[in-house]
Parts: sequence; C-alpha cells; structure tokens
Amino acid sequence: MRVVLAEDLFLLRDGLVRMLEAFDFEIAAAVESGPELTKALEELQPDVAVVDVRLPPSHTDEGLQCALAARRARPGLPVLVLSQHVEQLYARELLADGNGGVGYLLKDRVFDAAQFIDAVRRVAAGGTAMDPQVIQQLLTRRSASDEPLGALTPREREVLELMAQGRSNAAIAAQLVVTERAIAKHTSNIFGKLDLAVSDDDNRRVLAVLAYLDQGR
Amino acid sequence: MTRLKDAVVAGARGLCLTLFALVGSIVLFVFSVLSIAFILLGIGVFTTPAVLTVLRKYANTYRGLAGAWSDVTIPHAYRPFPPDLRSGVTGQVERCSLMLKDPATWRDLQWLLVNMTVAPIVAVLAPSLILYMVYGWVLAAGVWEPIYDAGGGEWFAFIHVTSQDTADQAALLGTGFFLLAVFVNPCLVRGHFLLARACLSPTARMRERELARRVDRLTETRHDAVDNSAAELRRIERDLHDGAQARLVAMGMDLGTIEAMIETNPAKAKELIGKARQNSGEALTELRDLVRGIHPPVLAERGLGDAVKALALRLPLPTEVDVELAGRAEAPVESAAYFAVSESLTNAIKHSGADRVWVDMHHADGMLRIAVTDNGKGGAVAGAGSGLSGIERRLGTFDGVLAVSSPAGGPTMVTMEIPCVLS
Repeated sequence: MRVVLAEDLFLLRDGLVRMLEAFDFEIAAAVESGPELTKALEELQPDVAVVDVRLPPSHTDEGLQCALAARRARPGLPVLVLSQHVEQLYARELLADGNGGVGYLLKDRVFDAAQFIDAVRRVAAGGTAMDPQVIQQLLTRRSASDEPLGALTPREREVLELMAQGRSNAAIAAQLVVTERAIAKHTSNIFGKLDLAVSDDDNRRVLAVLAYLDQGR
Repeated sequence: MTRLKDAVVAGARGLCLTLFALVGSIVLFVFSVLSIAFILLGIGVFTTPAVLTVLRKYANTYRGLAGAWSDVTIPHAYRPFPPDLRSGVTGQVERCSLMLKDPATWRDLQWLLVNMTVAPIVAVLAPSLILYMVYGWVLAAGVWEPIYDAGGGEWFAFIHVTSQDTADQAALLGTGFFLLAVFVNPCLVRGHFLLARACLSPTARMRERELARRVDRLTETRHDAVDNSAAELRRIERDLHDGAQARLVAMGMDLGTIEAMIETNPAKAKELIGKARQNSGEALTELRDLVRGIHPPVLAERGLGDAVKALALRLPLPTEVDVELAGRAEAPVESAAYFAVSESLTNAIKHSGADRVWVDMHHADGMLRIAVTDNGKGGAVAGAGSGLSGIERRLGTFDGVLAVSSPAGGPTMVTMEIPCVLS
C-alpha cells in the first residue's frame, strides 16, 4: 500500500516512515510542507495520505486545507490527519463530504503502533478513524442535554464510543473481550434506541452516529 | 438630480431641526434654570441631575444627527462619574455637585441659548427657500387676485403683487429662491450643526483635562497588563514545574531503572516501560492543556471566529456562534477577545442557569463588537470582585470596553468592544 506522508518535524517524520515501513507500507513520498504535499498527492496518486494539520510555510492549518482540497479533486481519497490537538470543528470539516476514508487522530496515538497502523488501514479501506477525544467530547456534550443517550446502558455507551471511532464489530469485541455476537446485539439495541436504520456498512454507521450526534445542536 | 434630492432632503431636515431645536432647547433651558435655582430650596438637588441627564441625552442625540446628516463630528467631554459613587441621598447630592462642577454642563446650557435663537434661523431657511417657491406659484396661479381684492396687496419678498404681471414675477423669484436652495440647502443644515459644534466642542482647557485623564487611564491599564502577564507567567511556570516537568523526571528515572534491570528482571522492566509510556502520554496531555491556556491552537491556525466556534463545540450547552469578520485582528487583540469570550461563556454556564447561549461577533467602523447572550436568570453585575471585572481589565489594555445588561429574570447580555483593524 502506497503512502504519502506530510510532517514538518524531522524526528517524527523519520519515526513514522520507519514504523509504516515496518508494517509493510510503501512510502511514496515523505514531505515537509503544504505545497509539496499538494504536488505529491496529485502526481503520485497514493492509496492513503498521512498528514499533519500544521505545516509550513504558513504553520497554520495548511495540512488540513491541502488534504481537503485534494479530496475535493479526488473524492474519497483516503486521508488520515494527525494533530497535536483535536477539535470537533476540524473533524466535522473532514467528515462533511460524506465520502468516508477519513481519519483524525492525536499525534500521541502513534505511541501504540498496532492501533495506529490499524487506523491507517481502516482509513485506506474507506472507513473512518476518529480520535476517542473527539468522540468523548461529542458524547458528553450530547448526554448533558439529551434524552436518548441517557437511555443507553453503560456498556452500550462504551460500544457506541468505539463504534463512533470507526471500529468494526470484531475490533470492538476484541477490545471489550466479549464475543462478536454480543457486540452485534448491543449495536442493534443502540440503533434501536437512537432511531437509526440498521446498516452493514462500517463507514455509513459512523457517519450515521456522527450525524445523529450533530443534530439538534 | 442628486443635488435636487439633497436639497429637498436638507429642506426636510432643516424643518425637523428647527422644531427640534426650538421645542427641545426652550423646554430644557427653562427646566434647567428652574431646577438649578431650586437647589437653594433643596428640591433642585434631586431634580437637577435628572434634568441635566436628559439634557446630555438631548445633546448627544444632536451630536449623532450632526454626524449622520452633515458629517460634523461634535466631541463630548462630560466627566465620568467615579465608580464608587454612593447611592441614596448622599449619592444624589454628590452627583448634583459633580455635574454642576463639570464645565461641559455650562457649555451645554450656553448652547441651549444659541440653539433657541440663532441656530433655528439658519436651519429654517432651508425649508423656507423651497416652500416660498410654492407660495409664489400659488400666487401666480391666480390666488393673488382675491387677496388683492380684499384690499391686501400681498408682498412676495420685495415684490408688491398687484397684478398678474407682478404675480408672475413673484413666481419667477420663487423659482430663483428654489435654485438657490439647491445649492445652499445642505450648507445651511451644515451651518446649523457647525454653530452647535462651536458651542459644544470642548475648550482647550477641557481637552487638556481630558488628556490628563487619558494618561491616568493608560497608567492604570498598563499596571493591570503588567500584573496580568506576571501572574500568567507564574501560573505557567508552576504548571510546567508541577506537571510536565515532574512527569519527564519520573520517566527518566523509570528509564534508568529499566536500563539497570532489563536483563536481570525483564518482567519488571516491561512493567516500568508501560509506566514510562503512560507518563509521557500524561505529560503531553498536560502540555496540551497548558498551550490551550496560553494561546489556543485553533486561534493560531484559524483566527478568532473559528476559535470561538471550536470553543462553542466543546461547551456542554447548545451555543450559536455568528461571526462576521473580514480578516484577522492582531494576535494580542485576538487573544484578549478570545479569552474574554471564553470567560463570559464560562460565567454563563456556571452561574446563569441558561440552556442556550448566543455569541455574535462582527467588525465595523474600526471596532470589534462581541455580544454574548444567554437566556438564564440574569442578575449579573460588573463590579469589583466579579469575574466580569477581570474581563474588563483584560480588554482595558486594548482600550476595549465591556457592558453588561442583566436584569433579574434574565436574559444576560455581555457586550464587548475593542478598537482594532482587521487585515
């Protein structure tokens, strides 16, 4: 799988390259600025892009903007955005086109290599990977003012959180150390309580959850 | 064509101004003089501040009109009341004496005299020049005849109208007046305001005093700014020292221990590695929070509008953010505005009991205006010791001001204004 990587800090870029290579990814390009990233995404047509939000020359949200622009040019281009901080505002912008294949994670998540690589693969396959912090913010915010989430059992809330991050039933089952069948039961309960149509598609599932969390603001 | 329109508009304005100046000035002058005279009887002490407040409002309305209609800026120089003005009877007496000692009060009264004598004459010319033409035409249309028959012999300006010929001349002269009006009407209205400015604008001595007051205020806000930033630095130092720094030290120690026991006790070493990783993660979280407290990343990346939107998304209350900013302000102003909004929102959430909050931000006429409104129970006061005075001090550094409207029962509206330019 071919990856374009954009990160301006040399140490982190180097570390990411080594980690991705260790997990059998092919690094098509590892760049350090916005314009270089745009060029690489256009010319190399990678399978997935891993992008830092803050990039030179502007040192603002240039990485995010480049990624969004590239996705406008090539809808569904898988992009995993890394950031020193996570904001719902940016998460929404990434999810806005509804094409899937997006991820938004704190940079710290690379500490756990296996989980991080899992996130890259999920995004490359058209799924989503949302940082637990973003999801947590959304959930606490909603539950403060809203009834349906209050109706969930603690276990169902846990499942919902993991689901909203973009995990599959199998991954959730592994994490919570229960069977996949149990998770399937929980998810259908959640969908029932939240009035969501059941769907097999992981990606649509997350979008549905986020859309639900988004309404009634 | 626009000239013609301007002239007619100026005529209408002249008429308004004449009525406004005559009625308002005479009533206010009479009341003021009576009220001040009654001070000797004691009643005046209570009525004078009220009357003078109305007078100030009247003068300020006038200043507004001058700016809007003729681009004449009339500055005002009323002395502000000290913040520790007492309430009750003593406060009233204090207020009365403060207002009477203010030279601006006496200039207001002088202006009232001018405004009910000379000024209306200037203003009334504007509509007259237009209406006089109409009268000339009415005469020429045949109305002169019955007047003449009744033994009148009407005078139109300097023409004695006694026949159709002279009536025609009157109509012609009236048209001439109208043409004159097209050129001089806006000037007449402006002249009226210029007279007001001559009477109302502060004298050199008042301006000097104004400058002195401004220096005082600047000294005060500079002190606040220095104190604030010193306190902020202390907080940052303490947070770093107790938080991230301590965790890094712990991590270093763990790594040292791991190095020593990696061969002898691999199981224990593995456990310590886990702990070290946990410590590094927590150090990062603490640093992140610290950075957000100093200068939020979204503010640096996107500017004030999106930073407040991002902030609103993190709040437990539904918050509507409406932003109309054509560019970005300077970083220190953005930062001050952001934290002011953030504190206002925190106040609203903590104390108001509201279930909805609105933030409105826009920039116009070199002024950044922000309103934070909640539908809570109200009763918030800006004053010594409240969180709002902290915001006030923060904004004061940039010559910004804060106003709070919070009647008991709500809603509460905190308005902030900061002079700045966007780029």
